[in-house]
Amino acid sequence: MAIGKAARTSGERFYRHRLPVRVMHWINVVSLTLLLMSGLNIFNAHPSLYWGRDSTFASPWLTIGARDTPRGPAGFLRFAGHEWDTTGVLGLSTSGGELRARGFPDWATVPGPQWLAMARLWHFFFAWVFVINGVCYILYSLLSRHLVRDLLPTQAELRAIGTSIKDHLLFKHPTGDAAKRYNVLQNLAYLVVIFGLLPLVVFAGMAMSPRLDAVFTGWVDLLGGRQSARSLHFIAAAGLLGFTAIHLFEVIVAGVWNELRSMITGWYQVPTDPLKKEPQ
Amino acid sequence: MNAKRPIRLMRRHQRERRGLLRGTVAAAGAAMLAGCDRLSHNEAFVETLKSAQQLSSAANKLVAPRAAMAQEFSRADIAPAFRSNGTLMPMDDAYHRLRQDGFADYQLQVRGLVEKPAAYTLAQLRDMPSRTQITRHDCVEGWSCIGQWKGVPLAPLLDAAKPLANAKFVVLRCFDSMTTPKGEADDTSYYESIDFDDAFHAQTILAYELNDKPLPVSNGAPLRLRVERLLGYKQAKYLRAIELVESFADIRGGNGGYWEDEGYTWYAGI
Repeated sequence: MAIGKAARTSGERFYRHRLPVRVMHWINVVSLTLLLMSGLNIFNAHPSLYWGRDSTFASPWLTIGARDTPRGPAGFLRFAGHEWDTTGVLGLSTSGGELRARGFPDWATVPGPQWLAMARLWHFFFAWVFVINGVCYILYSLLSRHLVRDLLPTQAELRAIGTSIKDHLLFKHPTGDAAKRYNVLQNLAYLVVIFGLLPLVVFAGMAMSPRLDAVFTGWVDLLGGRQSARSLHFIAAAGLLGFTAIHLFEVIVAGVWNELRSMITGWYQVPTDPLKKEPQ
Repeated sequence: MNAKRPIRLMRRHQRERRGLLRGTVAAAGAAMLAGCDRLSHNEAFVETLKSAQQLSSAANKLVAPRAAMAQEFSRADIAPAFRSNGTLMPMDDAYHRLRQDGFADYQLQVRGLVEKPAAYTLAQLRDMPSRTQITRHDCVEGWSCIGQWKGVPLAPLLDAAKPLANAKFVVLRCFDSMTTPKGEADDTSYYESIDFDDAFHAQTILAYELNDKPLPVSNGAPLRLRVERLLGYKQAKYLRAIELVESFADIRGGNGGYWEDEGYTWYAGI
């Protein structure tokens, strides 16, 4: 239904995303996807997470593993005192044609099979792509006023946040001139990702480097120690995955082709309110 | 009836488009996975991925210069049991003979591109000025363990040997064969290499004690390297000799270490 509404567009075409933003968006899509998937392969080398400076092997807060049961081998996820049977997906899955003990399955990792050395090569290459792209984006956003003009919500928008939340829950999307601007929830989501999750994932990643730990003695303790940093890196990555899921859902709800086109060519067909009479 | 038809048509159109989208996404995903796996076996592509390591090591050394110290911890931070990994008990006869006598006949060789090659017994090493440090061991797999190491700093040993001007790397030769030896020519003993920045670093020691006790066999008895700003695979155990070289290109796989020959990067600071 929502798709039907959004699909009704006026003739007005609006240049919504400028070239640098489009290019940097797609570089981000490629690098974040590969970082996530190579990261899961790296995680698989020791599929447990801890809090603190080192690994408290007896008490990880999250473990993915496999074990023998009377009914045969089974995969499990243990988290917060609970355990779930995740056979087939987590802990135990088909890899290279046979059932193997593996944290995340082949289809979620780069490379597919367990290969820590190669996954690290992918991860650190695309970490540079991602960081350089991110620095370019921040500089561009400041210099072009993209940050102030498009990303920061206005006082009036912040006051109307209740309406925006209601509209989102009803899958009601802005039309006309309102569709030309990011809405306030969108603003807040982007700001949390750009200035919260992304810096956190980068710094927590850097905190895992023994050489970078030597930059200032003890800076890793600001994140709770190296194993906490590894956990935070994982949680921030999960947060980014969650953001991406909502982002893609909203793209589908708001109209896949129109949204895709605007991020490829820049041009967006402004949707009109289906309840309003359109001038013929 | 007539009024409804356009809506139904539109819905079918949408269903087709959604189906097309789902199919496209699934096919693109499968193609991407297959593509990544193929690229992982493509030499030129892997070389491109590896180029980022140069950038990483240069950037790391820029922000954490040569003398920057690894974090040291308090006794309260020491892990109840220090995890062992890799070789836990060398299978080699030469090692077993030494171990049976409590390493009384053990000698560490210092050789290669030096003016004064030398050999030190364990007793001689224990008589030298020592350094004790509580540091965190970071395995490439992702886990960490904090332990207290006591040992002889590597720098004075290297100074005493007087490295030649062309010496650039310190190669650590170990006792433990990584596969069952098939003959003389089949050398699979563990080895590693570090550059002079790390070799002469204040926290780089040849450790003979872990947590106030002689180094256990599973942690590398009688002597192991501690090079605190690098990952675990650089912390060579069961040390047999220290060899100064200009290049490690003609040693074994040519990548500077056992795990490096298996595809891990020589720079182990990240």
